Formats: sequence, structure tokens, C-alpha cells
Amino acid sequence: MTAIAVERPRDHRGARLLRSTGRGLLFVAVPLVLWGLWEGYRWLWINRGWTWPFAVDQTTMPHVADIFRALFRNPSSVSGGGDKLITLLLRSALFTAKEAVVGFALGASIGFLLGVVLAQWRLLQRGFLPYIVASQTVPILAVAPIVVVYLGTLQVAAWFSVAVIAAYLTFFPVAISTLRGLQSADRQALELMRSYAAGRLTVLWKLRLPTALPYIFAALKVSATASIVGAIIGELPSGIQDGLGGKILVFNQYYGLDPTQLWATNLIAALLGICFFLVVVLAERLVVRRAPENLA
Amino acid sequence: MSVVKIEGVSKEFRGGTIALTDVDLEIEAGEFVSLIGPSGCGKSTLLRVLGDLIEPTRGTVTVNGKTARRARRDRDYGIVFQDPVLYDWRTVARNIALPLEMAGWSRQKRADRVKEMLALVELAQFERHHPWQLSGGMQQRVSIARALSFDPALLLMDEPFGALDEMTRERLNMELLRIWERSNCTVVFVTHSIAEAVFLSTRVVVMSPRPGRISDLVAIDLPQPRTAATREEPRFFELVTQVREALHLGADLDSRRPTQARA
Repeated sequence: MTAIAVERPRDHRGARLLRSTGRGLLFVAVPLVLWGLWEGYRWLWINRGWTWPFAVDQTTMPHVADIFRALFRNPSSVSGGGDKLITLLLRSALFTAKEAVVGFALGASIGFLLGVVLAQWRLLQRGFLPYIVASQTVPILAVAPIVVVYLGTLQVAAWFSVAVIAAYLTFFPVAISTLRGLQSADRQALELMRSYAAGRLTVLWKLRLPTALPYIFAALKVSATASIVGAIIGELPSGIQDGLGGKILVFNQYYGLDPTQLWATNLIAALLGICFFLVVVLAERLVVRRAPENLA
Repeated sequence: MSVVKIEGVSKEFRGGTIALTDVDLEIEAGEFVSLIGPSGCGKSTLLRVLGDLIEPTRGTVTVNGKTARRARRDRDYGIVFQDPVLYDWRTVARNIALPLEMAGWSRQKRADRVKEMLALVELAQFERHHPWQLSGGMQQRVSIARALSFDPALLLMDEPFGALDEMTRERLNMELLRIWERSNCTVVFVTHSIAEAVFLSTRVVVMSPRPGRISDLVAIDLPQPRTAATREEPRFFELVTQVREALHLGADLDSRRPTQARA
């Protein structure tokens, strides 16, 4: 008897080229369209004096080109030591990235362990879960100064306090998704494990964890960007000047004079977030072996 | 020697559903026994009780002179479900090796056995594929290879070909018989196809619902080995008729149901 192979049809090289070209075009087209929309809205609303949904002027909506131009000027309000704004912002981004990476690693590890522990004992899960949820309803801006002050008395570097705040935002999605993922193993797959007389740890390692990986990575993608938000917000009350948070505070004060600097800062912060996200996507590609349609 | 001895087994689920009442069944070594019956007759439940996946409310199950629990701990069961239940993140070869890893086989022994099993189910060139790259029939063959990889005394199959098309099903029937002849294991096979049960089995256990029970046993005396021609022999049709009548008799005894099910 011959085996009938029903393999996924291999992509034709031409088709693949066409598709990647399409994706490249889209990658360029989307920012261009956004640019057009921004400038179009600005032009129309300023010229016609429209006020709905909101009125704009030179200050609320600077030209996109001006924002980019500001990146390559010396900043008007901060002493950059003669550096251009982009150099200053990239250095700040690096500083914030350090806080965010440490926070992300800390939060993801804690979230993962919490998820694993809670998945093992239903009773624990019932008791703890409401408090874990409650932890996230506390506004981070209210917690941040407390963390900074408290850790400050322990002689911890200020940037590490900020990392802890970033971890606070990171752990939650990871914990919830790990828990959910570990419990999503198929009933028959569990019965199969039972028929092999597998112990709890073996089931966890060989079945539940691999099943949970796509869930965990979905959460890591959310957390990767949340950790940057956490780091930026953590910098605000802690008096740290070296990160993006500090820059946002300063440029916000000078917004009336030069709005482009704050917008440029946002741009860099967004780029940092995208980088974090892409790193997680790359890690997922390397780690998760799953049918393409089952990838989260 | 009887491999399986089921005595007075009843199963009542929480909520009061009675899935099985007072089932007695003995299965000899090397037999191929099919459990057949309409849905709700408890055939899958009986298989699960036998494999110690669920516990009976009353009664005992003895496998090779041991309790079902002991037998499960000793890895006496190979199980094939209706879904192949392959692990997406493992290649075909590593899926087959899974029970061997659990049993603590060395890497070399595992590799040798996997090679043997791949040859047995004729999937040698697919060892590096992932499950989602295979057709449904191929996936089910991997699942069978995995179940047989550690030489279990008893192969439990729960409607393994139920989700496949008729052509693939008949082909896999032939292949299963070939594998069974070579491995000398005992097979308990749940199905709702009369032709499949008669073609494969040495004995057909006819079950009826509400409450689930055994209503008849039909010995299948078709000569071995069975071939495609077996399905065309007069004796095959006689036995199919016999099993069908036994099924309807069981259904007629079911007082809450009119006797219209003559499909």
C-alpha cells in the first residue's frame, strides 16, 4: 500500500516574492496614508475654522515634517550638551529600555510562576485571583511614588524602582494567560497522559506547558509594550531625568513654545515599543512549533 | 487465558445518568473484540472503565490478573481515540516516542523502536513532519503507532476511524488487521459501524442503551487473514445481518423508544 501524502502545497517562489513585495508596500503605504490624513485634517480644519470633533491650530497639530525636522535640531529647552534632539532621545530611550527590560523580565517571571502555582491548586486560585485582579485596578500613578519612596529607603537605585513599577504592569497578563493556557489542555490528551501513568510534573512539562505557550506569548506581546508604559510612568514621580519619562515632563512644559519636541519624543517611545514587540514575536517564532493557524 | 475480566460493572454519572448496568465480559488473549451499539449505550464508557480512565460505580475489572489501576500503572494499555490527539509541537517521530520517554527508554532504544513503528504504519518518510502537515488518515496511523510503540498487552480503540471517509476507513481497517496479526496484542474496538465491526473482529459485543448493557455476543467465524474479498463473502453478509438484528432487538427492548429505527 502506498502512503497518500497530503502535504501543504509548497509556496511557489514567484508567489512568495509577490507576497513579500506586497507586504513591503503596505509597510510603506500605511505611514504615508496616516501622514496624509494628519496633514489633510490639519489643513481643512485650520482653513475652514471647523471645531468638531476638536479644533486644531499650529500648536496642537504641528506639521509632520516639522516633527521630523525637530529631531535633527538642538533642543530648545533642555541642555543637551550640544547634542541633537534625536541623540538625546535615543540616549533616553536606552535608559528607559533598561528599566523596561529588567521590569519585563521580573514581571514575566513572576507572572509565569504565579500562573503555574495557581494552576496546580484550585483552592489557591479561588483565594488569590480576586486580589491579583484588584492589583491592576489600583492606578499605577498612585502606586509609583510609594514604590519609589519605599525602595529608596532600601538604598535601591532609582531606576530599579522604576523597573519594579514596570514589572507591576507586566506580570498580570502573563499570570492570567499562563493560568488559562495551562488549563486548556485537551481532555483526550490528558487521558492519554493518564494512560501512560504520567505524574503531575510530567503532565505539566510534556503537555500543559507546550499547550500554554501560544497563550503565554500572546500575553508577553501585551506585556512587552506595557512594560515600557510602566517604565515611562514610573519615571514621572521618581524625579528621574535620564529617561523618556523625564523628557516628556520637560517637553510638556515647553509645549506652547515648541510642540514638535513632545511629538518627537512620542515617536521615539512608540519606536521603542515596536522594537520590544518585535523581539517577543521573534522569540515566539523560534520557540513555538505549531500549526500556522493556531499561532496566537 | 483471559486477558480481561469485567464483572458486574455499573457506572452512574453524577446527575444520575446510568451509563452501564451490570456488565460482564471476558476477553481472551489475542482476540479482536468490537463493542457496537447506538449512541448512549455506554460503549465508550465501558472502554474508559476498562482502561481505568474513569472508575466504575460498582463491579471489578481485572486485566492480566491485576486491577485496572495496576494495569494502567504498568502501562498495559495503548489507547487510540477518535481524534488522533497528536502533539502539534512534536514531529511525527517524537509523537510516537512520547510513551517511550515516559517509560524511561534510552534515546537509542527509542530511535530504533520509532523507526520500526514508522515502517509498520508505512509513514517512514514522514518522521520529520509535524502533525498538521498530514492528512486525517495519516494522523490516525501515527496515533496507532504511538499506542503500539511500547507493546501494550491491550489496545483500546474508541471509534478511531469514525471521523474518516469511507475509503480511508476501509484501507485503515486492512492495515489495522495486518498490524494486529503481527503484534499479537488484544484489541478492544468501539465502533458504530456494523460492517466495520464484523470485518475486523473475532467477536462482536452488541450493546443497547438506557440503561447501557450488553444485549448479545456474536462470534465472527470468518477465516483469517481477512482480505478485501472477505467483504463480499455470503458469510460476511449473514453475520452483518445477524449483528444488525441483534442491535434492533436490543433497541426494541428499549421501552421508551418506538421501533422505527430500521435504517
